[in-house]
Amino acid sequence: MSVVNISRREELKRLAESARDKKALYGEDIDLSLFEEPEEKDSVDELSKLPPELQNIAASSGIDITEKDRAGSFVQLDHSVIYQKIQSAYKGQLEIMSITDALERYPELLEQYWWKAVRVDQDKYTAYAELHPVHGYFIRVFPGQKVDRAIQACLLLQENAKMQNVHNIVIIEEGASAQLITGCSIAPKVKEGIHIGISEFYVKKGAKLVFTMIHNWAEGFHVRPRTGIIVEDNGIYVNNYVLLKPVKSIQSFPTAVLEGGNSKAVFNSLIYGLKDSLIDIGSRIILRGKNSAGEAISRAIVADRSRIYARGTLVSQNDDSKAHLDCRGILFSNEGLMYAIPELIADKSPKSILSHEAAIGPIAEEEIEYLMTRGLSKDEAVSLITQGFMDVKILGLPKHLEDYIRKMIELTQKESM
Amino acid sequence: MLVIEDLHVEVGKVPILKGINLEINDGETHILLGPNGGGKTTLLMSIMGLPRYKVTKGKIYFRGIDITNLPPNERAKMGIGIMFQKPPSIRGVKLYQIGEITLKDGKDGDKIRNYAEMLNLINHLDRDLNYGFSGGELKRSELFQLLCQRPELVLLDEPESGVDLDNIALIGNVINELLNKVDKVKSRKSSGIIVTHTGYILEYVNADKGHVIMDGKIICHGSPRDLFEEIRKYGYGRCVECL
Repeated sequence: MSVVNISRREELKRLAESARDKKALYGEDIDLSLFEEPEEKDSVDELSKLPPELQNIAASSGIDITEKDRAGSFVQLDHSVIYQKIQSAYKGQLEIMSITDALERYPELLEQYWWKAVRVDQDKYTAYAELHPVHGYFIRVFPGQKVDRAIQACLLLQENAKMQNVHNIVIIEEGASAQLITGCSIAPKVKEGIHIGISEFYVKKGAKLVFTMIHNWAEGFHVRPRTGIIVEDNGIYVNNYVLLKPVKSIQSFPTAVLEGGNSKAVFNSLIYGLKDSLIDIGSRIILRGKNSAGEAISRAIVADRSRIYARGTLVSQNDDSKAHLDCRGILFSNEGLMYAIPELIADKSPKSILSHEAAIGPIAEEEIEYLMTRGLSKDEAVSLITQGFMDVKILGLPKHLEDYIRKMIELTQKESM
Repeated sequence: MLVIEDLHVEVGKVPILKGINLEINDGETHILLGPNGGGKTTLLMSIMGLPRYKVTKGKIYFRGIDITNLPPNERAKMGIGIMFQKPPSIRGVKLYQIGEITLKDGKDGDKIRNYAEMLNLINHLDRDLNYGFSGGELKRSELFQLLCQRPELVLLDEPESGVDLDNIALIGNVINELLNKVDKVKSRKSSGIIVTHTGYILEYVNADKGHVIMDGKIICHGSPRDLFEEIRKYGYGRCVECL
C-alpha cells in the first residue's frame, strides 16, 4: 500500500471511529452489538450449483439463475463472495469482482472513489462498514461500452441473527451504459438480522446506469442502505427500488449529486408496506450542474400496521435546472400510517424550477364501480387498480423484468388481501 | 328483454325515481328525454346496478331474471353494458387491458386493435384509462369498451355531449353497430336505451320509442322524433302540464 493510501485509510478509520456511536438522522436506532458476523464460505463455479433453497431466494429478488439474460453476475452469501462471472460475450466490456480484490488490484480506487459519494462518518452504519469491511461488489463498465443485457448482483443471508455489511462501487465510464439489478434476500430460517449496504455509483460523462434494487426481507430484519451517486456531464442515472415483503425496519435516503451539466437522475420507488414494517425511504437529488434535471416518483401502499415515511428532497444549486417529485400513497388499513415529506430547496438558482405533487387517499369507489360495470368483481377491480397504482412501467425496465415485478406485486397483493 | 316495474330509487337518501315502469323488447332502441335532474341517468345507473343508486321499491327483470339486487359485474356478465357520460380515469390501468377484460370471446389482440382503429384510438391503447382524454376521446373510449363487451342491452348516457360534428357521425355509426342496426329488423337482438339531452344523436341512430322523464317519472311516451320535435319547439315547460 502506498504512503498516500495508508494515510487515507488511517484518516477514514479515524473518521469512522468518531462516528461509531453516531445515530442516524432518521429511522429507529439499532444496537449493532446484538448481531454476529458470520463465517466465510466456499465459492461455487455455477449459480445452478447453489443449494436449491438459495437459488429460490435469489430468484425471489429478481436474480436469473440461468444467467440467460444477464451479462454478468455477482453473489455474496453472508460474508462470502461465492460467485462472480462475466458471460463470454461481454468480456472486455466490463469487470466484476469483490471490492476487496478490486482495492488490491486498483489501489487508486481508495483515493478516487472509496467514500467519495457517501460520507464515512455519516452515522454508525457507515462507520461500521468501514471498521468491519466484508466485501461487496465492484463493477466497472469500460469507456464507450453499451452492455445490452443486465448485470446482476445478489446479496444473500443464510444465517439467523447475523449481520451482513457490504461496500459496493459501480463505475460507468465515459460514454458507457449498463443496467444493474441487485437482489437482496434471505433464507426462510432467517428471522432477524441486519444488512448494511454502502453503495457508491459513479456515472461518467455521457454514461447511463439503470440501477434496480429488489428487497426481500423478513419481519424481524433491519436494513440500512447508504447510497450516493455522482453524475457527470450528460450522464443519466435511474434508480428503481422495489420492496414487496415485510421488514422490521428499513431506512434509506440515497443522494444523487448531479455534478455535470445536462445530467439527469430519476428515482422510482414501489413500496408495499406489510405487517409491522417501518419503512423510511427517500430520495434526494442535488442539481449542481447547469441544466441538470431530476425526477422522483414514489408509489406506496400501506397495509396491516405498517408505517411508511416517503421522503423526497430536491435541491437546485445552479440555474436552469428542473426537477419534480411525485409521491402517492394508498392506505388499506385503519392501523397503518403514511407520512409524505416533500422538500424543495432552491439555493442561489433563481432560474431553476422545482415542483412536487403528493397525495394520500383511498381507492375511489367510483373507479371500483366503473370496473365492476365491465364485469370485474369488487376484489378484482381493487386488485387491478392497485396494480395500476404500482405501475411497473414507470421503472422503464425490459419486458421480462417488468413482467417479473408485476407478478411479484400480484402475489404480494393476493397474500395481503 | 328488460322489464322495469314500479321502480323507486334513492341516491344518498334523496328519492330520485318515483315509480318507473318500462318494457324493452329484443332489438328495440328507446330514447330517454327530459330536463336535467329528472332521473334519466339515475335510471340507467339503476339498471346497471351501481351501489349508490339504492332501489327502495320495485323490480328490474333482465331476460326474465330478477336482477334488482345483483351487483354490476354480474349484470355485465349477463349482457348489460353501459356508456358513462363522465367516466372516471384510472391511472396505471391501460385502455388495452380493459379491452382484454371486457372482450367477450377471450383475449384477442387483433380484435382489440380493430375496434381501437374503428374508433381512432389505436394510439390510446397503451395510455392510462381515460386519463387526459378529451371529451370526444372519452366517448370513443366508452364505445370501444362496449364493442369489446358486446352487451345485449346497451345503456348510453348522453353519447353525443361534448363531441364535435366530425366525431358525432363516427359515434353514431358505432352505436348502430352495437345495436345491430345494420341487420334486418327481425334479426336484431341487441336493445338499447339512449339518454339524450339535445337529441342530436337521433340524426344518426334510429330509435323505436321515446320517453320523457321528469321528476322521477315517465310522463310521456311516443315516437322519438315527434317527442323531440315538440320539446325543441316548446321546451320541457309544456311537459310539466302532464305531471
